[in-house]
Amino acid sequence: MITISDYVDYETAWCPGCGNFSILKAVKQALAARQLKPHEVLFVSGIGQAAKAPHYLNANVFNGLHGRSLPVATGAKLANPNLTVIVESGDGCNYGEGGNHFLAAIRRNINVTLLVHNNQVYGLTKGQASPTSAEGFVTKAQPEGVLSAPFNPIAVAVAMRTGFVARGFAGMLDHLSELIQQGINHRGLALIDVLQPCVSFNKINTFDWYKQRCNPLSPTYDPTDWEQAIKVASEWGNKIPTGIIYRNDRIPFEEHFPVLRQGPLVGRNADRAMLKKIMEGYK
Amino acid sequence: MTNGHDRSLQMKDATFNILIGGEAGQGLITVGQILSRILVRSGYFIVVTQDYQSRIRGGHNTFAIRVGIDEVTAPKKSIDLLIAFDNNTVALHQRDLSANGLIVLDEALHIESDLALKVPFKDLAQERFSNIVSLGVVGFLLGLDEELMVRTVDDFFGKKNVSLAAENRHVLSVAAEWASTHRTSSHNLAAISNTPQRLMMNGNEAIALGAVSGGLQFCSFYPMTPATSIVLNLTAHAKKMGLIVEQAEDEIAAINMAIGASFTGAPSMVATSGGGFALMVEGVSLAAMTETPVVVVVAQRPGPATGLPTRTEQGDLELVLHSGHGEFPRAIFAPGTVEECFHLTRKAFELAERYQGPMFLLTDQFLADSYRAAVPFDIETLPSVSVGTESAGSSQYTRYAITESGISPRLLPGMTENLVVADSDEHTEAGHITENLFVRKQMVEKRLRKGKGIRAEVTPPYMVGEKKPDLLLISWGSSKGAVNEAASHIRSEGEKVATLHFSQVWPLVPEQFIGYLESARKVVIVEGNAFGQMARLIRRETGFQFRNKVLRYDGLPITPEFILRELSR
Repeated sequence: MITISDYVDYETAWCPGCGNFSILKAVKQALAARQLKPHEVLFVSGIGQAAKAPHYLNANVFNGLHGRSLPVATGAKLANPNLTVIVESGDGCNYGEGGNHFLAAIRRNINVTLLVHNNQVYGLTKGQASPTSAEGFVTKAQPEGVLSAPFNPIAVAVAMRTGFVARGFAGMLDHLSELIQQGINHRGLALIDVLQPCVSFNKINTFDWYKQRCNPLSPTYDPTDWEQAIKVASEWGNKIPTGIIYRNDRIPFEEHFPVLRQGPLVGRNADRAMLKKIMEGYK
Repeated sequence: MTNGHDRSLQMKDATFNILIGGEAGQGLITVGQILSRILVRSGYFIVVTQDYQSRIRGGHNTFAIRVGIDEVTAPKKSIDLLIAFDNNTVALHQRDLSANGLIVLDEALHIESDLALKVPFKDLAQERFSNIVSLGVVGFLLGLDEELMVRTVDDFFGKKNVSLAAENRHVLSVAAEWASTHRTSSHNLAAISNTPQRLMMNGNEAIALGAVSGGLQFCSFYPMTPATSIVLNLTAHAKKMGLIVEQAEDEIAAINMAIGASFTGAPSMVATSGGGFALMVEGVSLAAMTETPVVVVVAQRPGPATGLPTRTEQGDLELVLHSGHGEFPRAIFAPGTVEECFHLTRKAFELAERYQGPMFLLTDQFLADSYRAAVPFDIETLPSVSVGTESAGSSQYTRYAITESGISPRLLPGMTENLVVADSDEHTEAGHITENLFVRKQMVEKRLRKGKGIRAEVTPPYMVGEKKPDLLLISWGSSKGAVNEAASHIRSEGEKVATLHFSQVWPLVPEQFIGYLESARKVVIVEGNAFGQMARLIRRETGFQFRNKVLRYDGLPITPEFILRELSR
């Protein structure tokens, strides 16, 4: 029986009151609920405050470069599809630096859970605007306010018919943990965008700001209805919908490869006789 | 540069040089490839040089085949047989014809030349068979075996289409028949007594094969000339060999995917050219820091920026040598032959797995596209490359355990109950992020200790010729054959000459070669770049100053003639 304690509690380098604490807890709860053993899970992260999260739990970890977690996760999943692969990183990492990989991962539909801590600001580099910062958001780097329109990851993901698109909130722990479980369960790319306050650098989108707005979708909402999902995906304001916004059952990327039907690539030896035959073909 | 010799630029040798020229899309590569295979199957040695423009139709492209009974290792400028698919080819290359040279062309081109054999293509066959007509005529002129030609044409087009095969056979014989009544076969190649079975293979094909034999299971790429054909070859073998080859969204994704796959235990490679590699550079540093094996092939073409996409250069040595921020060990191989493409790619895989980091192969467009007659590789007896380590090393497994060799036991995530933690940040032995500066120092030293092992396995530079020569020619990578041929030409004129060739350009072990440099009266380095990058590197490592350099940076491969001309300046 796997419990949350198998994922251990570690000391962190986050600010007191950071939304990351409850996201980390929701992740551990989800892993325990799914009865996943630590060695069956691989966390891949990039750089940022969110990207440190995998260091604070007990699992396999590849903490790579800023923005590049999805390609690493894709390679890892293709080499060993038996691993449960979870990407955990922030809005800057996944939607800014890694924007192209975000689009490509959606197109591939690789069976990876993509957990994006979205606090609408860069925390690690101390308070610059992120791709999801609201227009007019004032920072030291954007003293006149952000001039660009914010990136709406949910709308993009739904428009591209991502396998699983959900929004959670760090302040709704059990709801978030349930979304993560469902995301892990989903066969294909599962995006979970998690709204979270940054207590140090985002004085606008505070815990209370989110709490007043985050609003779970009604139990009768049908996430397989793409046209409805498109509408819901663009809702942002006094009410911000949370929950599974869209899902489909497109075949996951790795299942297209016949070579993976015999299991992971790992540990297989090259078929020398076949290779020799191939070489003979050059005669 | 002068050395008192007026070297003959018209080298006399026993090789025969065929150049096929025309527009892109006219099928000259098809003719070139089939003819090359017939020649190799007949037992000849070849060196193919492909010169093409960055366009799919039109322009001017050539496919040159230098043929010999003995091993041929370099391209040559002067042409014995020019197969012209258009007027432009005649205009551009007629001046390079040798004394006995002949032009084969379509009479419809209306070219007046004493040297021309005008073939009535439209009388001999339908237009779609014009490539076969060319082959039939040339096959007769060279005295090639007709049955072998038929078989090779069949192999190329596939034997399934019986009527096409019959038609090809018919056209070949009609064309040969026509040639026999219009020309005595005065260009017959010297007869071959025994015909050992060799492979017709270019550098990129050998890299792909070497990679698979070295354990490759995963390759991610973004297309870029002249590296793409490596990946296309892997794709062709993927199903049979159980490989995954994935086209990534960009080069940054390609190297990160390869690192991800390798981290979980699939030996991985990326292949690109300079511009694409520039994008991969942060990933190189990531592989080094996380100690993840990855083989990086950089097929050079002239830069900066987009440069000349389809031409050749050796301009990225310094880029690859210095690629990746921070300090870490690496090895850089620079194959000089098709066989070396195979074996050094294998070696790069071995080193990547053993020393857990990025290893490099530096090739170029010339070698990438250059078909040769290669001795078959002993595939079955080659040792297999082992991935990861069997045991955790200690009861509490740590991915970056400090060891004397710098090599830590590498378990693969998910394959045991031990957890594998890798980090691009400076990390503890357990792989967790740290700012402990004592640990930092230990980790730097651990990573650099792996360099000792890599250095101990260096492929030493290869010396040919007199020990204390008057002239020592230094080369690296694809110019190996041209330099050796230039040297034998100079030797035949009575000069004491030697060559020293580097197939591995990093790390350098000065004890292996400094004696040669110091005991030669004159040392000349031959490089396909404008800086003399290898000269700078050798100077940095040994203090040896090169006064004489033969440098080529016009996009064309280094030929023996080019070297001789530069030496006689």
